[in-house]
Amino acid sequence: MSVLNNQDKAKEWRPRIVVFACNWCSYAGADLAGISRIKYPATARVIRVPCSGRVNPHFVLQAFQYGADGVLVSGCHPGDCHYATGNYFTRRRFQVFRRLLEYVGFEKERFHARWISGSEGGKFAETITEITAAIKKLGPNRKMRRELH
Amino acid sequence: MGRRIGVFVCWCGSNIGGVVDVSRVAEAAKKFPGVVFTQEYKYTCSEPGQEMMVQAIKEHQLDRVVVASCSPRMHELTFRKTVARAGLNPYLMEMVNLREHCSWVHPDDPEGATEKAIALVRKAVAKAARLEPLYESRIGITKRALIIGGGIAGIQAALDIADHGYDVVMVEKEATIGGKMAILDKTFPTLDCSACICTPKMVDVAQHPRITLYTLAEVEQVSGYIGNFEVTIRLKARYVDIKKCTGCGLCETKCPVKVPSEFEQGLGMRSAIYKPFPQAVPNKPVIDADNCRKLREGKCGLCAKICPTGAVNYEDEDVFITEKVGAIVMATGFELIDWTQYYGEYGGGKYPDVITGLQFERLVNASGPTGGKIKRPSDGKVPETVVFIKCVSSRDDKKGKAYCSRVCCMYTAKHAIQVKEKLPDTEVYVFYMDARNPGKGYDEFFERAKKAGAKYIRGRVSKIYREGDKYIVKGEDTLIGRNIVVEADMVVLATAMVPVSNAADLAQRVGFSYDKEGFFTEAHPKLRPVETNTAGVFLAGCCQGPKDIPDTVAQASAAASKVTALFSRDEMETTPMIASVNPDLCSGCGLCLSICPYKALSLQETPDGKRFVASVNAGLCQGCGACTAECRPGALNLKGFTNEQVIAEVRAACLF
Repeated sequence: MSVLNNQDKAKEWRPRIVVFACNWCSYAGADLAGISRIKYPATARVIRVPCSGRVNPHFVLQAFQYGADGVLVSGCHPGDCHYATGNYFTRRRFQVFRRLLEYVGFEKERFHARWISGSEGGKFAETITEITAAIKKLGPNRKMRRELH
Repeated sequence: MGRRIGVFVCWCGSNIGGVVDVSRVAEAAKKFPGVVFTQEYKYTCSEPGQEMMVQAIKEHQLDRVVVASCSPRMHELTFRKTVARAGLNPYLMEMVNLREHCSWVHPDDPEGATEKAIALVRKAVAKAARLEPLYESRIGITKRALIIGGGIAGIQAALDIADHGYDVVMVEKEATIGGKMAILDKTFPTLDCSACICTPKMVDVAQHPRITLYTLAEVEQVSGYIGNFEVTIRLKARYVDIKKCTGCGLCETKCPVKVPSEFEQGLGMRSAIYKPFPQAVPNKPVIDADNCRKLREGKCGLCAKICPTGAVNYEDEDVFITEKVGAIVMATGFELIDWTQYYGEYGGGKYPDVITGLQFERLVNASGPTGGKIKRPSDGKVPETVVFIKCVSSRDDKKGKAYCSRVCCMYTAKHAIQVKEKLPDTEVYVFYMDARNPGKGYDEFFERAKKAGAKYIRGRVSKIYREGDKYIVKGEDTLIGRNIVVEADMVVLATAMVPVSNAADLAQRVGFSYDKEGFFTEAHPKLRPVETNTAGVFLAGCCQGPKDIPDTVAQASAAASKVTALFSRDEMETTPMIASVNPDLCSGCGLCLSICPYKALSLQETPDGKRFVASVNAGLCQGCGACTAECRPGALNLKGFTNEQVIAEVRAACLF
């Protein structure tokens, strides 16, 4: 019985994905997914930032420590940044950051940086669907999580 | 913290309420730290909905507000105004996107959507508890506009702004204004003469008391921000003092050098000291330093000897000036693509009688090299058969550009009509992919070309080669599925419009975005078509994308009206959501200085004079926050998106 219950629970488990979306492209892209009624799993919690360059890697670490199962940092395509150069810094920072996660033995599949424009509602939905599926395979984030409760 | 937070959850009719259990969300929100009041309503953004919010804020002495409804991109401003009506600082309001990010994308999962909605509200409450009042500051506006480019777009924008009573500085890189329109013979669909409608406007620019015109000038550098730009302009050496010069033209007649004229598209000649064309504005000559014997070899000097006013100055040098302006209109126009590098099968430029549409304009122009008689450039023979080919390097990303250049269908119809009018016995063939004539009177004009006798053949031309003095044009009529061979005397190519070659470089210097083709990007393709993403920089004409003269003029007037709207106020509010420095934490390392795209950060000496710390220029900072992530000691923060606020959101979003 208990095994069955666990299986049921595992089926119900819904990963929590923290999404940092820049106001000008990716947040608008997420809005467009809504306007176009493109379905994706209810796993994403979008935090709006002016630019992906605003996202301090510290925020991502905090998300994992507080128990996020996955984190997505999303900004305008390189060259399209509303602030001209912000996403170039994002790209460099998070390439290094992802390698760091791998180096310290954390599943790098839990962290993603993507470029999603304001016209890419479909891409936003696909990205959330894809990351949700990948994280479901990994299971909950236990490694970096602080015991908060 | 002792906050008194109010949470307003919106049904948005059934948009949210049909999926998310709104009552459960409102109930859950009551338990979040600091929340003292919750309310749900069908349409929170409606007049009664907003009024209820105002009343609740007053009655329950709410000091922070969370509105859980639609995207903040939709209604953030609405609800900021609402809370301001209740006496709260407008920045003490945080929105939750329950519609676009939740109910609309999870219609099959009401339970998941409701749980997510609760998590999103908890996240917003956590941020709201840490919101601080923010205050807009005001900056003055320099009521003076810079127009870059002196074609018809720049001319129209300059005249509109100047007629409104504001000063205008126009910078044109060539020796005359007028741009491409001055080269054209007639304009579709009315066939009125281009010079007759363009040159009077050029003169208006030169004579307008509010317009300062710099020709042979280029923008070197732009600093500053909306309302307060500082522009460095390079005035290139003209070698002629235009104050002394009377424009008599004697020098041109004596100059021994003859080179192909740019204005005549290489079909005519000009001297080394020359006016681009007789109606040039300013109507003063310029010396082409690359071809002038005096400047190259130190010999000759005829023009200086002959000049009755002593205006020629071989010692002239480039000069740099600075101008302060409040707004910039980009009107840099277009060029034609260099088709020769894509179309080897059309001769790749080696056949003198295979010409571009712009060259044809000079051939039919009464002031052109042939006096308006259509003759072959190679031997001056009157052509008996003329072939026009549309979409040369347009609508074909393998051989040029994927986009449609928008004007070629119409000007080719115009050219066909002109040939039939001037040479009724000459055969005219037009090879086309599609006929795109969507404008007022445009399709009628196209029909007129066909009635005039132009034979339209739907298909591409695969090869042009020479046989005797004929050009053999091989193509296919795809409508009847047959190969076609035309023995032509002259071929006119409707080549793609491309941005000017230094467009991307200029966009970077002024500081706004451009697309992969080099066309300047509008802030919104439908709703903000003449603005760029950089405040205070506007677009007019073909620099934004291919368009015809009516559209260009309309866009130029639209850009001018945006500029005059900006200038109608003495000062403007700036966003308060900008970076701030904690000088106690700042180490003065200066890493933030190089990361800032707006040069808004500088190192300033502390009042005690002991060290230097970073300082933010509120007028320049656009609030991107790139510096905050770069700052090692954590001294930089972004108002409205502070580290504390974001981390509180992260934490709340991760809780169950």
